[in-house]
Amino acid sequence: MDVINLNQVSFQYAKSFALRDVSFRMQKGEVFALLGPNGAGKTTTIRLVNGLLNTSSGSMTVLGCDPYKDGITIRRKTGVLTETPALYERLTALENLTFFGKLNGMSKVDLNKRIQELLDYFDLSEHAHQRVGTYSRGMRQRLAIARALLHHPELLFLDEPTSNLDPEIARQVQDLILQVKREEGCSVVICTHRLYEAEQVCDHAAIMHEGKLLAEGSLQELREAAGLAKRVRFAFQKPLPTALKTELLQMKVVKNVELQDEKELVLGVSDYESVPEILAWMIGKNLAILSVIPEIPSLEEVYFKLQDHQDEVK
Amino acid sequence: MNIKNSFAIAQKDWLEVKQNKATFLPIMIVPLFFIVVIPLLFTLILPNVAGGVEDFTTDPDMQGFFAAMPAEMTKVLEGLDPTQTMIVAMLGYIFAPMFLIVPLMFSSTIAAESFAGEKERKTMESLLYTPISDQELFFGKVMAAAIPAILITWVCFFLYTIIVNAVPYASFGRLWFPLPVWWLLIFWVSPALVAMSISLTVLISTKAQTFQGAYQTSSAIVLVVVVFFIGQMTGVLFLSPLVALIMGVICWGVAAIIGRIGMHSFSRQKLLTD
Repeated sequence: MDVINLNQVSFQYAKSFALRDVSFRMQKGEVFALLGPNGAGKTTTIRLVNGLLNTSSGSMTVLGCDPYKDGITIRRKTGVLTETPALYERLTALENLTFFGKLNGMSKVDLNKRIQELLDYFDLSEHAHQRVGTYSRGMRQRLAIARALLHHPELLFLDEPTSNLDPEIARQVQDLILQVKREEGCSVVICTHRLYEAEQVCDHAAIMHEGKLLAEGSLQELREAAGLAKRVRFAFQKPLPTALKTELLQMKVVKNVELQDEKELVLGVSDYESVPEILAWMIGKNLAILSVIPEIPSLEEVYFKLQDHQDEVK
Repeated sequence: MNIKNSFAIAQKDWLEVKQNKATFLPIMIVPLFFIVVIPLLFTLILPNVAGGVEDFTTDPDMQGFFAAMPAEMTKVLEGLDPTQTMIVAMLGYIFAPMFLIVPLMFSSTIAAESFAGEKERKTMESLLYTPISDQELFFGKVMAAAIPAILITWVCFFLYTIIVNAVPYASFGRLWFPLPVWWLLIFWVSPALVAMSISLTVLISTKAQTFQGAYQTSSAIVLVVVVFFIGQMTGVLFLSPLVALIMGVICWGVAAIIGRIGMHSFSRQKLLTD
Protein backbone atom coordinates (compact mmCIF):
# COMPACT_ATOMS: atom_id res chain seq x y z
CA MET A 1 0.00 0.00 0.00
CA ASP A 2 1.22 3.48 -0.88
CA VAL A 3 1.41 5.80 2.11
CA ILE A 4 2.49 8.66 -0.13
CA ASN A 5 1.78 8.96 -3.83
CA LEU A 6 2.80 12.15 -5.61
CA ASN A 7 1.84 12.48 -9.24
CA GLN A 8 3.37 15.35 -11.26
CA VAL A 9 3.12 17.70 -8.28
CA SER A 10 4.22 21.32 -8.66
CA PHE A 11 4.13 24.13 -6.15
CA GLN A 12 4.80 27.79 -6.71
CA TYR A 13 5.75 30.35 -4.02
CA ALA A 14 4.87 33.81 -5.42
CA LYS A 15 6.75 33.73 -8.71
CA SER A 16 9.21 30.89 -8.31
CA PHE A 17 8.60 27.16 -8.44
CA ALA A 18 9.59 25.29 -5.28
CA LEU A 19 8.54 21.96 -6.81
CA ARG A 20 8.18 21.06 -10.45
CA ASP A 21 6.43 17.90 -11.68
CA VAL A 22 7.57 15.72 -8.80
CA SER A 23 6.31 12.13 -8.74
CA PHE A 24 7.20 9.40 -6.28
CA ARG A 25 5.58 6.67 -4.24
CA MET A 26 6.37 5.47 -0.76
CA GLN A 27 5.25 2.11 0.59
CA LYS A 28 3.95 1.41 4.09
CA GLY A 29 6.66 0.54 6.59
CA GLU A 30 9.48 2.01 4.49
CA VAL A 31 12.16 4.44 5.49
CA PHE A 32 12.30 6.92 2.63
CA ALA A 33 15.06 9.51 2.31
CA LEU A 34 14.54 12.85 0.60
CA LEU A 35 17.98 14.03 -0.37
CA GLY A 36 19.14 17.28 -1.88
CA PRO A 37 20.83 20.59 -1.12
CA ASN A 38 19.06 23.58 0.47
CA GLY A 39 16.34 24.85 -1.85
CA ALA A 40 15.83 21.43 -3.42
CA GLY A 41 12.17 21.36 -2.31
CA LYS A 42 12.37 18.86 0.56
CA THR A 43 10.64 21.06 3.17
CA THR A 44 7.98 22.14 0.65
CA THR A 45 7.29 18.46 -0.05
CA ILE A 46 6.75 17.81 3.68
CA ARG A 47 4.43 20.82 3.92
CA LEU A 48 2.44 19.63 0.92
CA VAL A 49 1.97 16.06 2.10
CA ASN A 50 0.83 17.31 5.51
CA GLY A 51 -1.78 19.58 3.95
CA LEU A 52 -0.16 22.85 4.95
CA LEU A 53 0.06 23.91 1.31
CA ASN A 54 -2.05 23.09 -1.71
CA THR A 55 -0.46 21.96 -4.96
CA SER A 56 -0.26 24.39 -7.88
CA SER A 57 -0.77 21.41 -10.19
CA GLY A 58 -0.67 17.63 -10.04
CA SER A 59 -2.30 15.29 -7.55
CA MET A 60 -1.32 13.35 -4.47
CA THR A 61 -2.63 11.05 -1.81
CA VAL A 62 -1.24 10.52 1.67
CA LEU A 63 -2.51 7.59 3.75
CA GLY A 64 -5.29 7.31 1.21
CA CYS A 65 -6.49 10.91 1.61
CA ASP A 66 -6.11 14.19 -0.23
CA PRO A 67 -3.80 16.08 2.15
CA TYR A 68 -5.20 19.56 1.52
CA LYS A 69 -8.84 18.52 1.89
CA ASP A 70 -8.27 16.06 4.73
CA GLY A 71 -5.36 17.81 6.42
CA ILE A 72 -6.65 17.26 9.95
CA THR A 73 -7.13 13.51 9.41
CA ILE A 74 -3.63 13.23 7.96
CA ARG A 75 -1.92 15.35 10.60
CA ARG A 76 -3.54 13.17 13.28
CA LYS A 77 -1.54 10.26 11.82
CA THR A 78 1.71 12.06 11.08
CA GLY A 79 4.48 13.38 13.26
CA VAL A 80 6.86 16.04 12.01
CA LEU A 81 10.28 17.13 13.18
CA THR A 82 10.74 20.52 11.54
CA GLU A 83 14.11 21.78 10.32
CA THR A 84 14.48 23.92 13.45
CA PRO A 85 13.23 22.38 16.72
CA ALA A 86 10.48 25.09 16.96
CA LEU A 87 9.86 24.53 20.66
CA TYR A 88 8.39 27.02 23.13
CA GLU A 89 11.50 28.18 24.91
CA ARG A 90 9.71 29.86 27.79
CA LEU A 91 7.95 26.61 28.64
CA THR A 92 9.44 23.50 30.22
CA ALA A 93 9.90 20.23 28.32
CA LEU A 94 6.91 18.80 30.15
CA GLU A 95 4.72 21.79 29.27
CA ASN A 96 5.79 21.60 25.62
CA LEU A 97 4.97 17.91 25.32
CA THR A 98 1.71 18.24 27.26
CA PHE A 99 0.57 21.02 24.96
CA PHE A 100 1.26 19.08 21.77
CA GLY A 101 -0.23 15.91 23.26
CA LYS A 102 -3.47 17.77 24.01
CA LEU A 103 -3.66 19.08 20.45
CA ASN A 104 -3.19 15.51 19.24
CA GLY A 105 -6.23 14.48 21.28
CA MET A 106 -4.33 12.20 23.69
CA SER A 107 -5.98 11.27 26.99
CA LYS A 108 -4.28 12.53 30.13
CA VAL A 109 -3.27 9.03 31.27
CA ASP A 110 -1.82 8.01 27.88
CA LEU A 111 -0.10 11.35 27.49
CA ASN A 112 1.61 11.26 30.89
CA LYS A 113 2.79 7.69 30.31
CA ARG A 114 4.06 8.47 26.82
CA ILE A 115 5.83 11.66 27.94
CA GLN A 116 7.69 9.76 30.65
CA GLU A 117 8.63 7.02 28.17
CA LEU A 118 10.04 9.50 25.68
CA LEU A 119 11.81 11.66 28.25
CA ASP A 120 13.49 8.53 29.59
CA TYR A 121 14.43 7.34 26.11
CA PHE A 122 15.99 10.67 25.18
CA ASP A 123 17.65 11.08 28.55
CA LEU A 124 15.70 14.23 29.37
CA SER A 125 13.78 13.13 32.48
CA GLU A 126 16.04 15.06 34.82
CA HIS A 127 15.41 18.24 32.83
CA ALA A 128 11.65 17.79 32.38
CA HIS A 129 10.82 20.81 34.55
CA GLN A 130 13.54 23.01 33.11
CA ARG A 131 12.70 25.73 30.60
CA VAL A 132 13.61 24.75 27.05
CA GLY A 133 15.39 28.09 26.61
CA THR A 134 18.09 26.78 28.93
CA TYR A 135 18.60 23.57 26.89
CA SER A 136 21.61 22.87 24.68
CA ARG A 137 21.01 22.51 20.93
CA GLY A 138 21.26 18.73 21.19
CA MET A 139 18.72 18.59 24.02
CA ARG A 140 16.30 20.72 22.03
CA GLN A 141 16.65 18.45 19.02
CA ARG A 142 16.00 15.38 21.17
CA LEU A 143 12.93 17.01 22.68
CA ALA A 144 11.65 17.99 19.22
CA ILE A 145 12.01 14.38 18.05
CA ALA A 146 10.14 13.24 21.18
CA ARG A 147 7.36 15.69 20.27
CA ALA A 148 7.11 14.23 16.76
CA LEU A 149 6.80 10.70 18.21
CA LEU A 150 4.40 11.64 21.00
CA HIS A 151 1.14 10.36 19.48
CA HIS A 152 2.55 7.17 17.87
CA PRO A 153 2.35 8.51 14.29
CA GLU A 154 1.84 6.12 11.38
CA LEU A 155 3.96 8.34 9.19
CA LEU A 156 6.92 10.20 10.62
CA PHE A 157 8.77 13.08 8.92
CA LEU A 158 12.21 13.94 10.18
CA ASP A 159 13.82 17.02 8.68
CA GLU A 160 17.54 16.84 9.45
CA PRO A 161 17.01 14.65 12.53
CA THR A 162 20.63 14.29 13.54
CA SER A 163 21.81 17.85 13.05
CA ASN A 164 23.07 19.32 16.33
CA LEU A 165 23.44 15.87 17.85
CA ASP A 166 26.66 14.33 19.03
CA PRO A 167 27.58 11.02 17.36
CA GLU A 168 26.30 8.91 20.23
CA ILE A 169 22.84 10.48 20.23
CA ALA A 170 22.81 10.57 16.41
CA ARG A 171 23.34 6.81 16.48
CA GLN A 172 20.53 6.51 19.00
CA VAL A 173 18.21 8.40 16.65
CA GLN A 174 19.16 6.07 13.78
CA ASP A 175 18.35 3.09 15.99
CA LEU A 176 15.08 4.71 16.97
CA ILE A 177 14.10 5.15 13.31
CA LEU A 178 14.65 1.47 12.69
CA GLN A 179 12.89 0.61 15.95
CA VAL A 180 9.69 2.56 15.17
CA LYS A 181 9.71 1.04 11.71
CA ARG A 182 10.15 -2.47 13.09
CA GLU A 183 8.01 -2.34 16.24
CA GLU A 184 5.27 0.14 15.36
CA GLY A 185 5.17 -0.38 11.58
CA CYS A 186 5.77 3.33 11.23
CA SER A 187 6.73 4.68 7.81
CA VAL A 188 9.49 7.27 8.01
CA VAL A 189 10.52 10.08 5.67
CA ILE A 190 13.94 11.56 6.39
CA CYS A 191 15.31 14.73 4.85
CA THR A 192 19.02 14.87 5.42
CA HIS A 193 22.35 16.10 4.17
CA ARG A 194 24.08 13.22 5.97
CA LEU A 195 24.12 10.68 3.19
CA TYR A 196 25.98 8.04 5.14
CA GLU A 197 23.26 8.08 7.78
CA ALA A 198 20.52 7.93 5.17
CA GLU A 199 22.20 4.92 3.63
CA GLN A 200 22.20 3.15 7.00
CA VAL A 201 18.46 3.43 7.52
CA CYS A 202 16.62 4.04 4.25
CA ASP A 203 14.96 1.52 1.95
CA HIS A 204 14.19 4.02 -0.78
CA ALA A 205 15.43 7.50 -1.58
CA ALA A 206 14.56 10.41 -3.82
CA ILE A 207 17.25 12.83 -4.93
CA MET A 208 16.03 16.36 -5.51
CA HIS A 209 17.62 19.43 -7.06
CA GLU A 210 16.04 22.88 -7.42
CA GLY A 211 12.50 21.53 -7.07
CA LYS A 212 12.96 18.65 -9.49
CA LEU A 213 13.28 14.96 -8.81
CA LEU A 214 16.53 13.68 -10.27
CA ALA A 215 16.03 10.04 -9.38
CA GLU A 216 13.93 7.89 -7.09
CA GLY A 217 14.02 4.24 -6.12
CA SER A 218 15.77 1.67 -3.99
CA LEU A 219 19.47 2.26 -3.39
CA GLN A 220 20.27 -0.30 -6.09
CA GLU A 221 17.95 1.42 -8.55
CA LEU A 222 19.60 4.73 -7.77
CA ARG A 223 23.06 3.27 -8.40
CA GLU A 224 21.85 2.07 -11.76
CA ALA A 225 20.20 5.41 -12.51
CA ALA A 226 23.51 7.11 -11.75
CA GLY A 227 25.29 4.71 -14.10
CA LEU A 228 27.61 3.52 -11.36
CA ALA A 229 28.86 0.01 -12.18
CA LYS A 230 29.13 -2.76 -9.66
CA ARG A 231 32.74 -3.13 -8.72
CA VAL A 232 34.97 -5.86 -7.30
CA ARG A 233 38.41 -5.26 -5.82
CA PHE A 234 41.03 -8.01 -6.30
CA ALA A 235 44.35 -8.21 -4.43
CA PHE A 236 47.13 -10.57 -5.60
CA GLN A 237 50.22 -12.07 -4.04
CA LYS A 238 52.51 -11.26 -6.97
CA PRO A 239 52.75 -8.38 -9.50
CA LEU A 240 50.25 -8.75 -12.33
CA PRO A 241 51.27 -9.50 -15.94
CA THR A 242 51.08 -6.41 -18.19
CA ALA A 243 48.71 -8.00 -20.73
CA LEU A 244 46.13 -8.87 -18.04
CA LYS A 245 44.06 -5.72 -18.45
CA THR A 246 43.52 -6.33 -22.19
CA GLU A 247 42.65 -9.96 -21.59
CA LEU A 248 40.15 -9.10 -18.84
CA LEU A 249 38.40 -6.54 -21.04
CA GLN A 250 37.75 -9.27 -23.57
CA MET A 251 35.47 -11.01 -21.03
CA LYS A 252 31.78 -10.16 -21.58
CA VAL A 253 31.05 -9.72 -17.88
CA VAL A 254 33.85 -7.19 -17.35
CA LYS A 255 32.85 -3.58 -18.03
CA ASN A 256 36.10 -1.85 -17.12
CA VAL A 257 39.43 -2.43 -15.42
CA GLU A 258 41.27 -0.04 -13.11
CA LEU A 259 44.78 -1.05 -12.09
CA GLN A 260 45.38 0.32 -8.60
CA ASP A 261 49.00 -0.83 -8.36
CA GLU A 262 51.00 -3.80 -9.60
CA LYS A 263 49.24 -6.18 -7.16
CA GLU A 264 45.73 -4.77 -7.04
CA LEU A 265 42.93 -4.03 -9.51
CA VAL A 266 39.26 -3.03 -9.50
CA LEU A 267 36.86 -4.49 -12.05
CA GLY A 268 33.55 -3.01 -13.10
CA VAL A 269 31.21 -5.98 -13.58
CA SER A 270 27.74 -6.46 -15.06
CA ASP A 271 26.59 -8.18 -11.86
CA TYR A 272 28.06 -9.86 -8.84
CA GLU A 273 26.96 -13.29 -10.03
CA SER A 274 29.67 -13.12 -12.67
CA VAL A 275 32.42 -13.03 -9.99
CA PRO A 276 32.85 -16.87 -9.82
CA GLU A 277 33.41 -16.92 -13.60
CA ILE A 278 36.09 -14.22 -13.31
CA LEU A 279 37.69 -16.02 -10.37
CA ALA A 280 37.80 -19.30 -12.28
CA TRP A 281 39.43 -17.51 -15.20
CA MET A 282 42.06 -15.93 -12.91
CA ILE A 283 42.81 -19.26 -11.21
CA GLY A 284 43.23 -20.77 -14.65
CA LYS A 285 45.83 -18.08 -15.31
CA ASN A 286 47.67 -19.11 -12.12
CA LEU A 287 47.10 -15.74 -10.43
CA ALA A 288 47.56 -16.03 -6.67
CA ILE A 289 44.47 -14.22 -5.30
CA LEU A 290 44.72 -12.81 -1.77
CA SER A 291 41.30 -11.19 -1.48
CA VAL A 292 38.12 -10.47 -3.42
CA ILE A 293 35.96 -7.64 -2.11
CA PRO A 294 32.74 -6.51 -3.80
CA GLU A 295 32.49 -2.70 -3.71
CA ILE A 296 29.01 -1.22 -3.63
CA PRO A 297 28.89 2.47 -4.67
CA SER A 298 27.80 4.51 -1.67
CA LEU A 299 24.72 6.70 -1.66
CA GLU A 300 27.11 9.64 -1.49
CA GLU A 301 28.74 8.64 -4.78
CA VAL A 302 25.30 8.18 -6.35
CA TYR A 303 24.15 11.54 -5.03
CA PHE A 304 27.14 13.48 -6.32
CA LYS A 305 27.09 11.70 -9.67
CA LEU A 306 23.44 12.68 -10.19
CA GLN A 307 23.95 16.24 -8.94
CA ASP A 308 27.05 16.66 -11.16
CA HIS A 309 25.13 15.31 -14.12
CA GLN A 310 22.36 17.83 -13.46
CA ASP A 311 24.90 20.69 -13.30
CA GLU A 312 26.43 19.52 -16.60
CA VAL A 313 22.98 19.47 -18.24
CA LYS A 314 22.40 23.06 -17.06
CA MET B 1 -14.83 23.27 15.64
CA ASN B 2 -13.33 21.72 18.79
CA ILE B 3 -13.24 24.47 21.41
CA LYS B 4 -10.94 22.32 23.60
CA ASN B 5 -8.17 22.75 21.02
CA SER B 6 -8.65 26.53 20.95
CA PHE B 7 -8.58 26.61 24.74
CA ALA B 8 -5.38 24.53 24.83
CA ILE B 9 -3.73 27.11 22.54
CA ALA B 10 -4.96 29.99 24.69
CA GLN B 11 -3.70 28.26 27.85
CA LYS B 12 -0.28 27.74 26.28
CA ASP B 13 -0.14 31.41 25.28
CA TRP B 14 -1.04 32.51 28.82
CA LEU B 15 1.70 30.33 30.19
CA GLU B 16 4.14 31.96 27.79
CA VAL B 17 2.89 35.46 28.64
CA LYS B 18 3.37 34.69 32.34
CA GLN B 19 7.00 33.86 31.65
CA ASN B 20 7.57 36.95 29.49
CA LYS B 21 7.93 39.50 32.28
CA ALA B 22 10.11 41.82 30.22
CA THR B 23 7.20 42.66 27.90
CA PHE B 24 4.34 42.63 30.35
CA LEU B 25 5.67 44.31 33.48
CA PRO B 26 6.06 47.72 31.77
CA ILE B 27 2.47 47.67 30.52
CA MET B 28 1.19 46.85 34.01
CA ILE B 29 2.28 50.37 34.94
CA VAL B 30 -0.45 51.90 32.76
CA PRO B 31 -3.44 50.41 34.61
CA LEU B 32 -1.69 51.10 37.89
CA PHE B 33 -1.44 54.76 36.87
CA PHE B 34 -5.10 54.90 35.82
CA ILE B 35 -6.64 53.08 38.75
CA VAL B 36 -4.43 54.33 41.57
CA VAL B 37 -2.36 57.42 40.75
CA ILE B 38 -4.97 59.52 38.92
CA PRO B 39 -7.86 58.80 41.33
CA LEU B 40 -5.62 59.60 44.30
CA LEU B 41 -4.48 62.81 42.63
CA PHE B 42 -8.05 64.11 42.35
CA THR B 43 -9.52 62.65 45.52
CA LEU B 44 -6.65 63.04 47.94
CA ILE B 45 -3.90 65.36 46.72
CA LEU B 46 -5.58 68.25 44.85
CA PRO B 47 -8.36 68.83 47.45
CA ASN B 48 -5.63 69.19 50.10
CA VAL B 49 -3.37 71.52 48.11
CA ALA B 50 -4.03 75.20 48.70
CA GLY B 51 -5.82 76.61 45.63
CA GLY B 52 -5.91 73.21 43.92
CA VAL B 53 -9.70 73.05 43.56
CA GLU B 54 -10.04 76.78 42.70
CA ASP B 55 -7.42 76.49 39.99
CA PHE B 56 -9.38 73.58 38.53
CA THR B 57 -12.84 75.17 38.59
CA THR B 58 -11.65 78.56 37.30
CA ASP B 59 -9.55 77.06 34.50
CA PRO B 60 -10.89 78.47 31.16
CA ASP B 61 -10.83 75.02 29.52
CA MET B 62 -12.86 73.55 32.37
CA GLN B 63 -15.26 76.50 32.24
CA GLY B 64 -15.75 75.72 28.54
CA PHE B 65 -16.27 72.07 29.37
CA PHE B 66 -18.95 72.79 31.97
CA ALA B 67 -20.67 75.32 29.70
CA ALA B 68 -20.90 72.82 26.83
CA MET B 69 -22.12 69.91 28.98
CA PRO B 70 -25.46 68.42 28.00
CA ALA B 71 -28.30 68.78 30.48
CA GLU B 72 -28.24 65.15 31.61
CA MET B 73 -24.64 65.54 32.79
CA THR B 74 -25.16 68.95 34.37
CA LYS B 75 -27.92 67.33 36.42
CA VAL B 76 -25.40 64.94 37.96
CA LEU B 77 -23.22 67.85 39.09
CA GLU B 78 -26.08 69.83 40.63
CA GLY B 79 -25.76 70.44 44.34
CA LEU B 80 -22.11 69.36 44.53
CA ASP B 81 -19.45 71.50 46.19
CA PRO B 82 -16.39 72.55 44.09
CA THR B 83 -14.25 69.61 45.33
CA GLN B 84 -16.98 67.10 44.58
CA THR B 85 -17.58 68.74 41.19
CA MET B 86 -13.90 68.36 40.33
CA ILE B 87 -13.88 64.69 41.38
CA VAL B 88 -17.05 63.80 39.46
CA ALA B 89 -16.09 65.81 36.35
CA MET B 90 -12.58 64.41 36.17
CA LEU B 91 -12.97 60.84 37.38
CA GLY B 92 -16.56 60.33 36.21
CA TYR B 93 -16.54 62.01 32.80
CA ILE B 94 -13.31 63.45 31.44
CA PHE B 95 -11.22 60.50 32.44
CA ALA B 96 -13.71 57.90 31.12
CA PRO B 97 -12.31 57.60 27.56
CA MET B 98 -8.77 57.28 28.89
CA PHE B 99 -9.78 54.22 30.87
CA LEU B 100 -10.38 52.47 27.53
CA ILE B 101 -6.62 52.48 26.95
CA VAL B 102 -6.37 49.57 29.42
CA PRO B 103 -8.24 46.96 27.31
CA LEU B 104 -6.62 48.29 24.16
CA MET B 105 -3.08 48.03 25.47
CA PHE B 106 -3.48 44.55 26.84
CA SER B 107 -5.32 43.14 23.87
CA SER B 108 -2.91 44.53 21.27
CA THR B 109 0.18 43.46 23.24
CA ILE B 110 -1.01 39.91 23.88
CA ALA B 111 -2.36 39.52 20.33
CA ALA B 112 0.91 40.79 18.79
CA GLU B 113 2.88 38.47 21.06
CA SER B 114 0.57 35.57 20.29
CA PHE B 115 0.44 35.92 16.49
CA ALA B 116 3.55 37.79 15.31
CA GLY B 117 5.67 36.67 18.29
CA GLU B 118 5.04 33.04 17.43
CA LYS B 119 6.09 33.71 13.84
CA GLU B 120 9.16 35.59 15.01
CA ARG B 121 10.30 32.75 17.25
CA LYS B 122 9.61 30.28 14.42
CA THR B 123 7.34 28.13 16.56
CA MET B 124 4.31 28.66 14.34
CA GLU B 125 5.27 25.88 11.93
CA SER B 126 5.23 23.19 14.62
CA LEU B 127 1.74 24.38 15.54
CA LEU B 128 0.64 24.22 11.90
CA TYR B 129 1.60 20.53 11.76
CA THR B 130 -0.85 19.64 14.55
CA PRO B 131 -4.29 18.15 13.76
CA ILE B 132 -6.25 21.32 14.43
CA SER B 133 -8.18 23.43 11.96
CA ASP B 134 -7.22 26.97 10.92
CA GLN B 135 -10.39 28.15 12.68
CA GLU B 136 -9.48 26.46 15.99
CA LEU B 137 -6.02 27.97 15.81
CA PHE B 138 -7.43 31.41 15.02
CA PHE B 139 -9.98 31.31 17.85
CA GLY B 140 -7.38 29.98 20.27
CA LYS B 141 -5.19 32.96 19.53
CA VAL B 142 -8.12 35.40 19.77
CA MET B 143 -9.17 33.90 23.12
CA ALA B 144 -5.58 34.15 24.36
CA ALA B 145 -5.67 37.93 23.88
CA ALA B 146 -9.35 38.72 24.51
CA ILE B 147 -9.98 36.93 27.81
CA PRO B 148 -7.13 38.49 29.83
CA ALA B 149 -7.66 41.94 28.28
CA ILE B 150 -11.35 41.94 29.25
CA LEU B 151 -10.76 40.43 32.68
CA ILE B 152 -7.99 42.92 33.49
CA THR B 153 -10.28 45.77 32.42
CA TRP B 154 -13.03 44.50 34.71
CA VAL B 155 -10.63 44.07 37.61
CA CYS B 156 -9.27 47.58 37.02
CA PHE B 157 -12.83 48.93 36.91
CA PHE B 158 -13.64 47.18 40.19
CA LEU B 159 -10.55 48.59 41.91
CA TYR B 160 -11.16 52.05 40.40
CA THR B 161 -14.73 51.93 41.73
CA ILE B 162 -13.48 51.12 45.23
CA ILE B 163 -10.83 53.87 45.22
CA VAL B 164 -12.98 56.69 43.79
CA ASN B 165 -15.80 55.89 46.22
CA ALA B 166 -13.79 55.05 49.32
CA VAL B 167 -11.27 57.91 49.41
CA PRO B 168 -13.77 60.83 49.15
CA TYR B 169 -16.54 58.96 51.02
CA ALA B 170 -16.39 61.36 53.93
CA SER B 171 -17.11 64.26 51.59
CA PHE B 172 -19.88 62.59 49.51
CA GLY B 173 -21.44 60.49 52.22
CA ARG B 174 -22.64 58.06 49.51
CA LEU B 175 -21.33 55.90 46.65
CA TRP B 176 -21.33 58.21 43.63
CA PHE B 177 -19.54 55.93 41.15
CA PRO B 178 -20.09 54.30 38.65
CA LEU B 179 -22.09 56.77 36.59
CA PRO B 180 -24.50 55.14 34.09
CA VAL B 181 -22.18 55.64 31.09
CA TRP B 182 -19.43 53.57 32.76
CA TRP B 183 -21.49 50.40 32.70
CA LEU B 184 -21.73 50.73 28.94
CA LEU B 185 -18.05 51.63 28.64
CA ILE B 186 -16.86 48.62 30.59
CA PHE B 187 -19.29 45.93 29.48
CA TRP B 188 -20.15 47.07 25.94
CA VAL B 189 -17.49 49.41 24.52
CA SER B 190 -14.41 47.75 26.10
CA PRO B 191 -15.11 44.25 24.70
CA ALA B 192 -15.88 45.89 21.34
CA LEU B 193 -12.55 47.74 21.40
CA VAL B 194 -10.78 44.53 22.40
CA ALA B 195 -12.38 42.73 19.46
CA MET B 196 -11.42 45.57 17.12
CA SER B 197 -7.87 45.74 18.43
CA ILE B 198 -7.34 41.96 18.18
CA SER B 199 -8.80 41.82 14.66
CA LEU B 200 -6.49 44.60 13.56
CA THR B 201 -3.46 43.00 15.25
CA VAL B 202 -4.22 39.65 13.61
CA LEU B 203 -4.45 41.28 10.23
CA ILE B 204 -1.17 43.11 10.76
CA SER B 205 0.50 40.05 12.27
CA THR B 206 -0.11 37.93 9.19
CA LYS B 207 2.18 40.37 7.34
CA ALA B 208 4.49 41.55 10.16
CA GLN B 209 7.45 39.34 10.91
CA THR B 210 8.15 40.58 14.43
CA PHE B 211 6.25 41.23 17.64
CA GLN B 212 7.49 44.83 17.75
CA GLY B 213 6.37 45.52 14.18
CA ALA B 214 2.87 44.16 14.83
CA TYR B 215 2.55 45.83 18.24
CA GLN B 216 3.64 49.27 17.09
CA THR B 217 1.29 49.29 14.11
CA SER B 218 -1.71 47.97 16.02
CA SER B 219 -1.12 50.42 18.88
CA ALA B 220 -2.29 53.16 16.53
CA ILE B 221 -5.81 52.13 17.55
CA VAL B 222 -5.26 54.07 20.78
CA LEU B 223 -5.90 57.16 18.62
CA VAL B 224 -9.62 56.30 18.80
CA VAL B 225 -9.47 56.90 22.55
CA VAL B 226 -7.41 60.06 22.19
CA VAL B 227 -9.97 61.45 19.71
CA PHE B 228 -12.76 60.85 22.24
CA PHE B 229 -10.75 62.43 25.01
CA ILE B 230 -10.03 65.56 22.95
CA GLY B 231 -13.61 65.63 21.68
CA GLN B 232 -14.90 65.65 25.23
CA MET B 233 -12.38 68.23 26.49
CA THR B 234 -13.27 70.62 23.67
CA GLY B 235 -16.99 70.11 24.11
CA VAL B 236 -17.42 68.64 20.61
CA LEU B 237 -18.44 65.20 21.86
CA PHE B 238 -19.68 64.13 25.27
CA LEU B 239 -19.54 60.54 26.29
CA SER B 240 -23.20 60.10 27.14
CA PRO B 241 -24.81 56.63 27.38
CA LEU B 242 -26.19 57.09 23.86
CA VAL B 243 -22.76 58.00 22.47
CA ALA B 244 -21.22 54.99 24.26
CA LEU B 245 -23.92 52.75 22.83
CA ILE B 246 -23.27 54.02 19.30
CA MET B 247 -19.51 53.85 19.82
CA GLY B 248 -19.85 50.20 20.82
CA VAL B 249 -21.99 49.39 17.77
CA ILE B 250 -19.41 51.02 15.47
CA CYS B 251 -16.49 49.20 17.16
CA TRP B 252 -18.26 45.81 16.97
CA GLY B 253 -19.05 46.47 13.31
CA VAL B 254 -15.47 47.42 12.47
CA ALA B 255 -14.23 44.41 14.48
CA ALA B 256 -16.55 42.11 12.51
CA ILE B 257 -15.31 43.45 9.16
CA ILE B 258 -11.58 43.41 10.05
CA GLY B 259 -12.01 40.08 11.87
CA ARG B 260 -13.53 38.51 8.78
CA ILE B 261 -10.65 39.72 6.63
CA GLY B 262 -8.16 38.62 9.33
CA MET B 263 -9.72 35.16 9.59
CA HIS B 264 -9.60 34.80 5.82
CA SER B 265 -5.88 35.73 5.89
CA PHE B 266 -5.27 33.22 8.64
CA SER B 267 -4.79 30.06 6.63
CA ARG B 268 -1.82 27.74 6.83
CA GLN B 269 -0.94 28.38 3.20
CA LYS B 270 -1.03 32.16 3.61
CA LEU B 271 0.98 32.08 6.81
CA LEU B 272 3.71 30.07 5.09
CA THR B 273 3.76 31.82 1.75
CA ASP B 274 3.13 35.52 2.53
